[in-house]
Amino acid sequence: MTFVMSAPLVEFRNVSFAYEEEIVLRDVSLTVARGQVVAIMGGSGSGKTTLLKLIGGQIRPDSGEVLVDGENVGNLGERDLYRLRRKLGMLFQFGALFTDLSVFDNVAFPLRERTNLPESMIRDLVLMKLQAVGLRGAARLMPAELSGGMARRVALARAIALDPRVMLYDEPFTGLDPISLATTGKLIRELNDALGTASIVVTHDVAESLALVDYIYFLADGVVVAQGSPDEVRASEHPFVRQFINAEPDGPVPFHKPAAPYAADLGLEAANG
Amino acid sequence: MVNVLVNLFSRIGAPLTRGIVKLGFACRFFIAILRHSPVSLVRFRLTMREIWFAGVLSVLIIVVSGLFVGMVLALQGYETLVRFGASSSLGVLVALSLVRELGPVVGALLFASRAGSAITAEIGLMKATEQLAAMEMMAVNPVARVVAPRFWGGVISMPLLAAMFSAMGIFGGYLIGVQLLGLDEGSFWSQMQAAVDFRLDVMNGVIKSAFFGVAVSLIAVFEGYDAPPTAEGVSGATTRTVVTSALVILALDFVLTAFMFRGV
Amino acid sequence: MKRGMIDFWVGLFAVAGAAALLFLALKVSSQSTLAVNQSYELVANFDNIGGLKVRAPIKSAGVVVGRVNAIELDPQRYVARVHMAMDARYQYSRDSSAEILTSGLLGEQYIGITPGADDKMLKSGDTFKITSSAIVLEQLISRFLFSKAEGGNKDSTEAGK
Ligand SMILES: Nc1ncnc2c1ncn2[C@@H]1O[C@H](COP(=O)(O)OP(=O)(O)O)[C@@H](O)[C@H]1O
Ligand SMILES: [Mg+2]
Repeated sequence: MTFVMSAPLVEFRNVSFAYEEEIVLRDVSLTVARGQVVAIMGGSGSGKTTLLKLIGGQIRPDSGEVLVDGENVGNLGERDLYRLRRKLGMLFQFGALFTDLSVFDNVAFPLRERTNLPESMIRDLVLMKLQAVGLRGAARLMPAELSGGMARRVALARAIALDPRVMLYDEPFTGLDPISLATTGKLIRELNDALGTASIVVTHDVAESLALVDYIYFLADGVVVAQGSPDEVRASEHPFVRQFINAEPDGPVPFHKPAAPYAADLGLEAANG
Repeated sequence: MVNVLVNLFSRIGAPLTRGIVKLGFACRFFIAILRHSPVSLVRFRLTMREIWFAGVLSVLIIVVSGLFVGMVLALQGYETLVRFGASSSLGVLVALSLVRELGPVVGALLFASRAGSAITAEIGLMKATEQLAAMEMMAVNPVARVVAPRFWGGVISMPLLAAMFSAMGIFGGYLIGVQLLGLDEGSFWSQMQAAVDFRLDVMNGVIKSAFFGVAVSLIAVFEGYDAPPTAEGVSGATTRTVVTSALVILALDFVLTAFMFRGV
Repeated sequence: MKRGMIDFWVGLFAVAGAAALLFLALKVSSQSTLAVNQSYELVANFDNIGGLKVRAPIKSAGVVVGRVNAIELDPQRYVARVHMAMDARYQYSRDSSAEILTSGLLGEQYIGITPGADDKMLKSGDTFKITSSAIVLEQLISRFLFSKAEGGNKDSTEAGK
């Protein structure tokens, strides 16, 4: 991929964020350009979803700036935020389809809510988006009748309904069988290249993302510990990256949660005796 | 001594503070609902679906309960009235009890447990499965699109359901009093009509049920929206909706009754 | 649930609710308070109103012609001042009288009006000249017993002579 590095579509400048006392992100900086697919990798609870929420403006950074298409998300009022969100599409971890609407109505939802298009045109657009994810035949089904992989693809069709400029994927591979997983990965890449978006994929699936993405950030305890292209990552000697890629149980990410010495906990050392 | 006091205050203080914070959030939420209400009234179809969900689906339990409550009232009332030779006032007793108190109050209690809990569960699940977050990311305000229609659906349904409850109850009273116990049908209805005042009794009952409708609907949507996004969180919120609604209905009923029938 | 079905059921629900309200309005209750533009106010003072309540009916020859609007105590003369909303269709001469009556032995109390013969009519805000107070049962009984006792005494003294 040789894209001219124009102004990045998404940029984090020294962003920190905490829920009450718990610091989730610490001085995070990253950039995503148009046409790029970028992966954010890290263990559970490392702050990946939080990072996506910052882009969508659902939460605001405590310090630093989050820029989307040149606008500082943290400073926008409600109205401007809603305007900005039209440029974003997000795929939630388990699809987050509206359970009381059919597949067709789910995909039509953003079109009906955000545009004044006539129903006939909405119909065409919905079928087009469903065709793109290969599920035009499922238009009449209800979400409860879909498998996990299909639900994820319908959600993807819904996310791209308004032709977003930035796509956000929250763990799109979790809980999918190998075939659905490969299908989803292929779709993410194809959609990104066809629509000319910038994509951010939050994941801990190493193999799939190394094949898929242009650049990778490793997140641990809210800090970017390593970054690079897939080739650089494969060649990396960074202990955290090695542990992550080779799926080793112990390393910089310890197997044991910090605790008092085991023996003391069991009362073997008669400490207070 | 000072320590004991500090301890006491922090013991009571924490839940109290949490309660006040929650109440404040509920007030803010109520204002947000009102501010985002035009959508649910302009696009009335959204509210329509919620009237179906909260109102139509509650009709059966309301109608059946109303019938039985009226029949029991008539049986019990007859026992007492007949001792004073006043059994012809049975219709009055049944109608006044239902129209003033039981229709609005029992109707609202049933509404809270049938529709209120369902609304809480629905919104809570939408939150737990990130449907609300997804909506927000699509630049659609969940308060306008999900919460306000459910609120208005409940507010519109409640007085209609309470009226149905009272009407069915009076019919039940008629079945027992006239058909079973053999009271004179003419005096049953005419005494009732002479003693029950439309404005003071019927309209005040309707006003009561409108207040209850606002209270129960607000509690239901709020608890759903505020629920922790987990399975236990949602089930806990559902229970809280029923319990809080019941308490608020009874307290509100006392205040409204004292206010409406003062000096009569 | 199809849209059409929801519309149908919600429509039916609205009709059923309206029918219930109509039933309560027409069959169960009556409009006992008169609208302001169809009524005029008369006042009557009573030494004792007994158990008369606001909203009690005003009857003339057994027909309801008004309602008690308000009851207050006149702080100068210590009499009860009763305000009545009268149906504008019925007028009463100035020498009509108002009395507090009881329906049945223990029933509710109401005001009965006996029309007079004067050709001047009472106007809105006027006061009845002739009234008679409620019969308070306790007083009645004690008076009865008292007189009985007195009569009894007389009998016994006569017998003793
Ligand atoms: N709404 C919240 N309130 C408080 N803490 C939260 C909230 N959401 C997430 N957290 C905490 O923030 C940390 C990061 O969460 P998250 O970004 O969801 O992690 P990830 O998506 O990488 O698994 C976790 O420790 C989590 O407990
Ligand atoms: Mg996450």
